Amino acid sequence: MDDFSIIGKPTAMIDAAEKTTGSGKYTDDLSVPGMLVGKILHSPCPHARIKSIDTKRAEALDGVVAVVIGKDAPNPYGILPVGHDEHALALDKVRYVGDNVACVVAVSEAIAERALEFIDVEYEVLPAYFDPEESMKAKTHLIHDNKPGNLEKDYHHAFGDPDKGFAEADHVAEARFIANEVTHAAMEPHSTLASFELDPHTGNMGRLTVWSSTQVPYYLQHKLSLVLEMPMSQIRVIKPLVGGGFGGKSEVIPLEIIAAVAARKAQAPVKITYTREEVFWAHRGRPRTIIDLKTGIKNDGRITAVKARVVQDGGAYCSYGVVTILYSGALLGALYDIPHIQYDGYRVLTNKPACGAMRGHGTVNVRFAFESQLDELAAKIGMDSAEIRQRNLLKPPCVTVNGLRVQSYGLPECIEKTVERSGWKHRKGKLPKGRGLGIACSHYVSGAANSIIRSDMPHSTVNIKIDRDGGVVVYTGASEIGQGSDTMTAQVAAEVLGCSLARVRVIAADTDLTPIDIGSYSSRVTFMAGNATLRAAEDVKKRIAAAAAKKMNCAAEEIVFRDDFVFKKGSAAPAVKKDRAEEAEMTQAGASVSGRVEGQILRGSLQQKRKEEGPKEWMTFEEAVVAAIDFHGALSGTGSYAPPPEARGGKHKGGGVGPSPAYSYSAQVAEVSVDEDTGEVTVHKVWAAHDCGRALNPVSVEGQIIGSVWMGMGQALTEEMIWKDGMLMNAGMLEYRSPSSVESPEVEAIIVESIDPEGPFGAKECSEGSLAATIPAISNAIYDAVGVRLHESPFTPERVLAALRAKRKEKALNLTEGVDPTAPARFREHGGALCFKNKGPERHVLDAARRETTAPVGGAD
Amino acid sequence: MKKELIDLKVNGRGHELAIEPSALLLDVLRQELGLTGSKRGCDESSCGACTVLLDGVAMMSCTLLAASCEGQEITTVEGVSEHGSLAAIQKAYGDWGGAQCGFCTPGFIMTVKSLLAENPDPSEAEVRMALSSNLCRCTGYSQMYEAIRSAIAAERQGMAAK
Repeated sequence: MDDFSIIGKPTAMIDAAEKTTGSGKYTDDLSVPGMLVGKILHSPCPHARIKSIDTKRAEALDGVVAVVIGKDAPNPYGILPVGHDEHALALDKVRYVGDNVACVVAVSEAIAERALEFIDVEYEVLPAYFDPEESMKAKTHLIHDNKPGNLEKDYHHAFGDPDKGFAEADHVAEARFIANEVTHAAMEPHSTLASFELDPHTGNMGRLTVWSSTQVPYYLQHKLSLVLEMPMSQIRVIKPLVGGGFGGKSEVIPLEIIAAVAARKAQAPVKITYTREEVFWAHRGRPRTIIDLKTGIKNDGRITAVKARVVQDGGAYCSYGVVTILYSGALLGALYDIPHIQYDGYRVLTNKPACGAMRGHGTVNVRFAFESQLDELAAKIGMDSAEIRQRNLLKPPCVTVNGLRVQSYGLPECIEKTVERSGWKHRKGKLPKGRGLGIACSHYVSGAANSIIRSDMPHSTVNIKIDRDGGVVVYTGASEIGQGSDTMTAQVAAEVLGCSLARVRVIAADTDLTPIDIGSYSSRVTFMAGNATLRAAEDVKKRIAAAAAKKMNCAAEEIVFRDDFVFKKGSAAPAVKKDRAEEAEMTQAGASVSGRVEGQILRGSLQQKRKEEGPKEWMTFEEAVVAAIDFHGALSGTGSYAPPPEARGGKHKGGGVGPSPAYSYSAQVAEVSVDEDTGEVTVHKVWAAHDCGRALNPVSVEGQIIGSVWMGMGQALTEEMIWKDGMLMNAGMLEYRSPSSVESPEVEAIIVESIDPEGPFGAKECSEGSLAATIPAISNAIYDAVGVRLHESPFTPERVLAALRAKRKEKALNLTEGVDPTAPARFREHGGALCFKNKGPERHVLDAARRETTAPVGGAD
Repeated sequence: MKKELIDLKVNGRGHELAIEPSALLLDVLRQELGLTGSKRGCDESSCGACTVLLDGVAMMSCTLLAASCEGQEITTVEGVSEHGSLAAIQKAYGDWGGAQCGFCTPGFIMTVKSLLAENPDPSEAEVRMALSSNLCRCTGYSQMYEAIRSAIAAERQGMAAK
């Protein structure tokens, strides 16, 4: 059955030409007549009460059409039903530097920007919380009044008997790990264009159309309806091309709501596009996570118990927070066989931009801690670190102690292959000084088994329309964000229908045209939208087969669809193909020029001729379609996918997050070198094996694996959001330091296919699971290279050097020596300068910070 | 600000435009001429998504005054495809997965074009160095190297065939 004509073949994305020629349209590339520009006024305070807002001066400016403030749309919203704590624009309080206060709508960007300066806002500054552990102690001035102790949510889970597990252990390791905050930094800054239509019957503003850079059109439609108090059916959300998401567009981002509210008030189409700095404030990235981890093992390497206390610095709003903190605990399971797990998770509010979902949602930071600690334990018992992982494999099919169902499990093969390809056995520990190898594993869900909105609705639905021209149009709500969703959809439909890829046209992510799909997040598209496409295609294929069977005097079950032909099973398809190639070419030519008169006549006459020939062994795809339409009167198919009840997890509180119909698996070996003088780490190569079930499009799968590993390397070595008093110190693409082509290692992607019993053609996810293994693989490799174990990511030269000096029992380098003791502990926190309050090395005369401290109060500036 | 008339030559075609002297080339290309292939990713020459060629040299149009480009030959990604079909580098980026979300792709295509014009047979180190002016967040760059290598090979074959 593995004989596919389209599946498994490297395929260029169906929208590749749009992307390489620049003809494809992203939201910011769109404009509509009469379109105005919106600019948002952001809060300069991390935590403050708004005493008053006066917009009169701004409104009076020539070219300003409207100024929108909080009370223009006071309904709360939030991506999770339990977390409706955001407003389009601040009502009474701002909660982070960058919070949304007002929006100016003007005829040009320059005028809108200028008008922002004319909005007078009076703030009453409140004490702010920047550290989650401090924030949890708060008694007064809570960030949200209904969240005592600034605690968004806490969960306490015990599976099995953790105490007994630790009692049985021969060795126990315990340590605190910290993973600092990172963000998606997708190349496309968020953008939204909102436009109302006038209703022909009432004469008033009626339907709303929103074009937006979103991963979740359906959720956006839902939240817009809540805030604008409009029925969902009156709102159309269209997702044009999206320039990368990684989770940063997987929820409703403030500008999406603000643009719609602004369009309503300005009574004209409004487009808002974030600047790069605003993208950093919109954030929703991976929270700074403090992990207190304890792992027990037996002398034979078997894990007896794991205990994790996880604190996440969630920022000022809930966002996906409740889900993130649950994933962090739930995904301790389903990778290895762990009999006893204790998990205490705290999602804490602080006065910083909200954290949300980012590639590898919830699992990445905890995986870094766990895989590092497992490595440490392996060293303790003198076991090879690849072997200790092999000792703790699951035996699927099984259900883990925390209720996760595992069916296909390619982890053993992943470990085997990376070990083999990297030369692990003969190179580990034998590399020159300062160079090392490290191994780590990870996994991820292929879509969450439970949707955010609790219901039994299908997670994906797909419609297929086929008409007499032989064109196959697939309508899917799945959101292409660069991962290849549309291409996957076309491939699955073409494979099932046995037609060429060129016949398939995908209409995607337009809530007026396409059935509901809950979006591109939690790596669910291939598995769920793929399954829905498969079912829709099977549905329509059944109809065609019924008609074709009649023409061929056989049973419908005997009909085979392949290579644009429909024929009787066993009727020597290749021979048919060869003999009739010429005629087929003519028919296909006819199809490709449909609309041209000659083409139509040619096709029509061919069909007529073939019709008169009586029963036959085979038909072209087009003939079969025409026969089916003649037979049934209409030809379309539908399919949907909802995760099976068995895959939906345990009944415990919070048990809905973590379960998935299938898990992907990854094992990686990283080779690094460490400069012991500077602390600089260089990754030379990463061998990454990923179990994606079946690779529907190997080019895309490899692209996702390499991209995940690369993004993980960014988090491991350079990427970090650096805060000072709630101000982001590095809100720029270069300052944030995602790796460039010079710093990027070779990644050898190894595809492992475990053929999942429920995935479409056996496929599972491939876009996120590989990220989490990269960070510990690098940290374990650093240990192998220079013998230091790093507990805080990213592994910057500063941190590596500190660890090296500590190991050599040398005095710690104090980079802020001689500086004011009230200065920030880490010098990068205040922009990289060592000078603080005029102590320490002198600043340049033109340095703004110097002027700030030396200028007389109320200076002439 | 009062607008001024300038002549811009973009992709071989002349345009007479009334623009503010402070207008940036990227904004003029995108808003006045509708050439939205060049992207705005950062506004500060960090990401390279806005890269265009000025007399064959790769420049970031987000920090260039449009008025300063008068008299120069501007090439944007829209001017790359040849005789109505994809240029070798465009085809190769598609085939090898050099583009995922595609937002950075036009900038990369322009950078690669200028690299290959200057150095038709670059080593991998030279390719890496040249590409470091542009950021991509999807691919990890690896598949771009394959694409560039195969585009060079395709060009060479094309030339040999003649």
